[in-house]
Amino acid sequence: MSGAEMETATNDVRDDGRRPFRAVVGSHRVEEEMFGRVFDGKVVGRIWKFVEPYKSRVWLACAAVLTFTAMQLLIPLIIRYAIDSGLAGEDANPGALVWCALAFGAAVLVNFGASWVQEMSVGRVAENVLFDIRRAMFEHLQRISLKFMDKTEVGRLMSRLQGDVNSMQEFLETCVLSIGDIVLLFGIVAVMLWLDAPLALMVLGVIPTLFLVRIVWLPRARAAFTAAHEANSRVNGALAEAIHGVRAVQGMERERVNFDLYTTMAYDTLQAHLRASRYAQIMVPIVDTLTGIAMAVTVVVGGSMVLGQTLDVGVMVAFIFYIQRFFDPIRSLTMQYSVMQRAMASGQRLTEVLDVELDVTDKPDALELTHDMDGRVEFDHVTFGYDPDKPVLTDISFKVNPGETVALVGPTGSGKSSAMALIHRFYDVDEGAVRVGGQDVRDVTQESLGREIAMVLQEPFLFTGSVLENIRYRKTEASFEEVVAAATAVGAHDFIEALPQGYETQLGERGGNLSLGQRQLISFARALVADARILVLDEATANIDSYTEMQIQKALQTVLEGRTGLVIAHRLATIRGADRIAVLQEGRLVETGTHGELMEHGGLYSRLYNMNYASFDDVPQDAIQDDEGSFRS
Amino acid sequence: MTAPSDPEAALRSAHREAGQGPIRRITRMTLDHPLLFTISVVSTLIAAGLQLTIPLLLGRAVDQTQGLLERPDETAQGALLLTALTLLVVSILRGVFTMAQNYTAENLGHRVGYALRLAVYDKTQRLSFSFHDKSHSGDLVTLGILDLEGVRMYFSTAFIRTILLTVLIGVGAAVMVSIDPVLALVALCFAPFVAWRSSATQLRMRATWLELQDRLAVLTRVMEENLGGIRVVRAFAGFRHEMFKFDRASARAMQLAFHRVALRVRNSSAMTLSFFAAMGLVLWVGGGKVIAGSLTVGELTTFLTFMTILQMPVRQLGLMVNAFARAGTCGRRVFDLLDREVEIEDAPDAKPLEIGAGTLRFEDVHFAYPDAPESPILNGVSFEATRGETVGIVGPPGSGKSTLSHLIPRFYDVTDGTISIDGQDIRNVRLDDLRRAAAVVQQDSFLFTTTLENNIAYADPWATDTRIAGAAGSAQLHDYIIGLPEQYGTVVGERGVSLSGGQRQRLSIARTVMQRPNVLVFDDSTAAIDAATEARIRAAMEEEADSRVTLIVAHRLASLMHADRILFLDKGRVVEEGTHDELLAKGGRYAALHALQTRPEDDVIAEMEDAR
Repeated sequence: MSGAEMETATNDVRDDGRRPFRAVVGSHRVEEEMFGRVFDGKVVGRIWKFVEPYKSRVWLACAAVLTFTAMQLLIPLIIRYAIDSGLAGEDANPGALVWCALAFGAAVLVNFGASWVQEMSVGRVAENVLFDIRRAMFEHLQRISLKFMDKTEVGRLMSRLQGDVNSMQEFLETCVLSIGDIVLLFGIVAVMLWLDAPLALMVLGVIPTLFLVRIVWLPRARAAFTAAHEANSRVNGALAEAIHGVRAVQGMERERVNFDLYTTMAYDTLQAHLRASRYAQIMVPIVDTLTGIAMAVTVVVGGSMVLGQTLDVGVMVAFIFYIQRFFDPIRSLTMQYSVMQRAMASGQRLTEVLDVELDVTDKPDALELTHDMDGRVEFDHVTFGYDPDKPVLTDISFKVNPGETVALVGPTGSGKSSAMALIHRFYDVDEGAVRVGGQDVRDVTQESLGREIAMVLQEPFLFTGSVLENIRYRKTEASFEEVVAAATAVGAHDFIEALPQGYETQLGERGGNLSLGQRQLISFARALVADARILVLDEATANIDSYTEMQIQKALQTVLEGRTGLVIAHRLATIRGADRIAVLQEGRLVETGTHGELMEHGGLYSRLYNMNYASFDDVPQDAIQDDEGSFRS
Repeated sequence: MTAPSDPEAALRSAHREAGQGPIRRITRMTLDHPLLFTISVVSTLIAAGLQLTIPLLLGRAVDQTQGLLERPDETAQGALLLTALTLLVVSILRGVFTMAQNYTAENLGHRVGYALRLAVYDKTQRLSFSFHDKSHSGDLVTLGILDLEGVRMYFSTAFIRTILLTVLIGVGAAVMVSIDPVLALVALCFAPFVAWRSSATQLRMRATWLELQDRLAVLTRVMEENLGGIRVVRAFAGFRHEMFKFDRASARAMQLAFHRVALRVRNSSAMTLSFFAAMGLVLWVGGGKVIAGSLTVGELTTFLTFMTILQMPVRQLGLMVNAFARAGTCGRRVFDLLDREVEIEDAPDAKPLEIGAGTLRFEDVHFAYPDAPESPILNGVSFEATRGETVGIVGPPGSGKSTLSHLIPRFYDVTDGTISIDGQDIRNVRLDDLRRAAAVVQQDSFLFTTTLENNIAYADPWATDTRIAGAAGSAQLHDYIIGLPEQYGTVVGERGVSLSGGQRQRLSIARTVMQRPNVLVFDDSTAAIDAATEARIRAAMEEEADSRVTLIVAHRLASLMHADRILFLDKGRVVEEGTHDELLAKGGRYAALHALQTRPEDDVIAEMEDAR
């Protein structure tokens, strides 16, 4: 770096045209593999399972495709007979023309029926399969262990559920079309050979040329198409970033530098598109030249054959019609080749998700946890880790008696959230057991577990829909009165009423039009309506003003009333309000007891408490090991 | 070719004929590339003409061959050879001109797209906060991607295609009529029907496509929310309910998708049927004419080949109509954005900002958001702060404290009163000067998907490593960063390492400090940072604080109790003002808030006991 401290006051492009080397817009987008192998038996087998229910319609479509193709082959032949036996030569026979017209009419009707059946059944089956795969994946994702969900971005899953599923639909339609194309290609060759082998061989000489050209062309063209596609998504990514981050951009006055960088990016994209377009278009004169050659050969050679009485004029006309058609299947087959490869790559990704094993499932003889169970929770020598080699909880044992509230406290990373997740059986323990109402959570159905344990998360998650729908999320049959009663109990009723449409107000994405505190209160109301025996709560840490916080504290008391409560507590007030406190450190339970007992004991809890932080999570890691004195301010 | 990389020219092109209809404006933009425009139109005309000669040549070849049977002499053979050669040359030229037509048309389309891309980017970046507050960012992104695509495709799929189809169908029909008017009528009888069918269907397909997108968007939302909130779903045993929501949305989309398949198939089958029926009629009627001797076999072949060639363009009429409709709606959205007025920009006579004593002054400032002018947020706020001073601003939610901080860099303009820096009204100075001088650490700290280093140096991408590390150090982020495997090169943001709320806020502080502002505003931007770290940040920045005005907006009193002066804001007015001690002694609103935040725990517990 030159001129170390010679800072410029502006961040513009410098006079010498150099750009700030640290300035980038919309970078680091990792593209997924676009093309796979042309054929992957495993993937096809997996996808076939989804097609199987519709297989009779698929066979029907294939039959229709064959019929359709046969008609395509037949029509030039009819024209040929019309010319040769009805029109040309001395023995022109008007009756033959009538027959030909009738045959043509029949062929047209069959053609119509076949194309209708084929397109309709393929189109529908493809849609069915698309929606079925998507549903199967979505359902599977509902059952997959959270271990998988934790490490997979929602955006990635969404691109599986959308893009990859769509390319399966495309694949299916292509498959049937390919059959038609292959048959048409071979059919044309066969019919031409049958009509006149020597002429056919000469004319068909251009086909291998086209194939060769396509083979040379395809990988290069595809590289160019892929490059254009990637350039495009980069430039769109930069635009999206600019829009989402517009406030930061304006606040830091980066508009001009960014525009400059974006210009380059957009220009590169333009060039990439033009390159791809050149590749696409170069094929046009090549195909036309080959068609021209084939037609010229037909005319010259055919003409002299007609002269030598070895060929009928009608055959020559039929050849001309076939020549106009036979480049189509070659062109579409090479296109379909890319579709197939893309589909294999997508199919691979789909099977990856579909094949994730369900490790947390109901036992065949799983019991229902009933509402009259006592609501006791027990950790019995529990050891658990996301990675079995690195346990986050080690040999934890404690009990929460019916109706009691226990606060789980400890520094960040001590395993509190993991312990909470085990009660819901989001994960299975590695050793020991978690019991709810005296039953091992692995012995009861997950659904009944969800019914009897309500949860309030640190970052309250609300769904798009009305306030009412959100509050009765767990219990859709709850009456309006029940909802209002719950909202009133947690102190949310007043602000809900003040919303434009009261309880019917539609919430934006993730409840975006409410403040964090308000969302928290709604999620309390939701838990209250669920009327579970046990409440598990991860208290919010941040950004709630003192006024709302008071309301939340009160609401918490209401919700915990008559329930067993397990609270990951951050606020000292909540901790002191609990019946008992369990202190975790690095995955181990270090002490339990009431506030008084723990203070007397003089362990970690009293040290943390005496540091006077607003929340235990605030305590810096290094302070926990340190002597208490040095950190009191 | 006009210099395509010149962004100024591109922007000018995109803004031409503001206020006119979208189709007119897009067409006008294409005229900014006269050479490409001319080449593509001329190539289209030539290619269409060449394509129309092919059936004539084929017909002639057939007739010549038949003639050869009667008079097999040298001349006739030479004529046939000539026809064959012409056929070859015409085919090659047709290919070449079609290529030229397609390539130049796409080229031109991409250049128009490029210009609009820059214009959209430029506009979205300059439109003020009030615009972005009410527009959905997802919609803007869609506009910049899909609508732009619709406009870009206009030239090749609508404009050029219109010329091509007009020539092919018009001239083709004329040639056929000149050969045999009756047979021409028979041959073309399918055309009006197919053209009408195809246009009507395409328009319906488009309408249902838009509807399908809406329905799929609902499905997407169901899936996205479910996966994003998977813990809530699992915790509340929402499986069945979620599957129900999914199935409902899915069924609605699928039903329409089926409808679209039926629409498409009915249309294409009917078109094929009518086309082949017409071909059969031509064969029958034409065959009769050949027998009667009023038509040659070659001419019949010409007719049949013409039909094969014309089939495509007639079907494509629908696509053309669709392309016009798409360009119209997409273009309208794009140009509406481009025509939108930028509310906050330099005044015509804006002067450079001159910093002297560095005094920030609010004078009877009133403010209401543009979409809610009847509910003012600030009602006459006045205060002054000079270099080296730290002013704390506190107040209940909705008191206007955060809004106030957004007025200083002119994210919004005051509705009444003035804000000035060293006596210069901020509306009269250059915006870039102002925003460099007045920086806000925003509540929502947006991370750019790039390295930590680039993120910190966002406001000053020329900065040295030392300064970056220094800023990170002041924000208490340096130690964390050097603990990462890739240190300052670690990529953060959407696809990178995710940072905690507190770390994001610290990053936000670091990058704002990099601006070396004269006025530094913390807009409730330390809420996720613990008190001890916050104290360390404050200590680290103490020295620099002497060179600027610092404004701290917060609800946590610990964040601002050390300020030189504290303003208590309520309902858009300053209701109390003074130092921490003065305000406590006063026993007013501030003191009450202080009591609330620091009340002894035993009171809290007692209160809870009462609640039980």
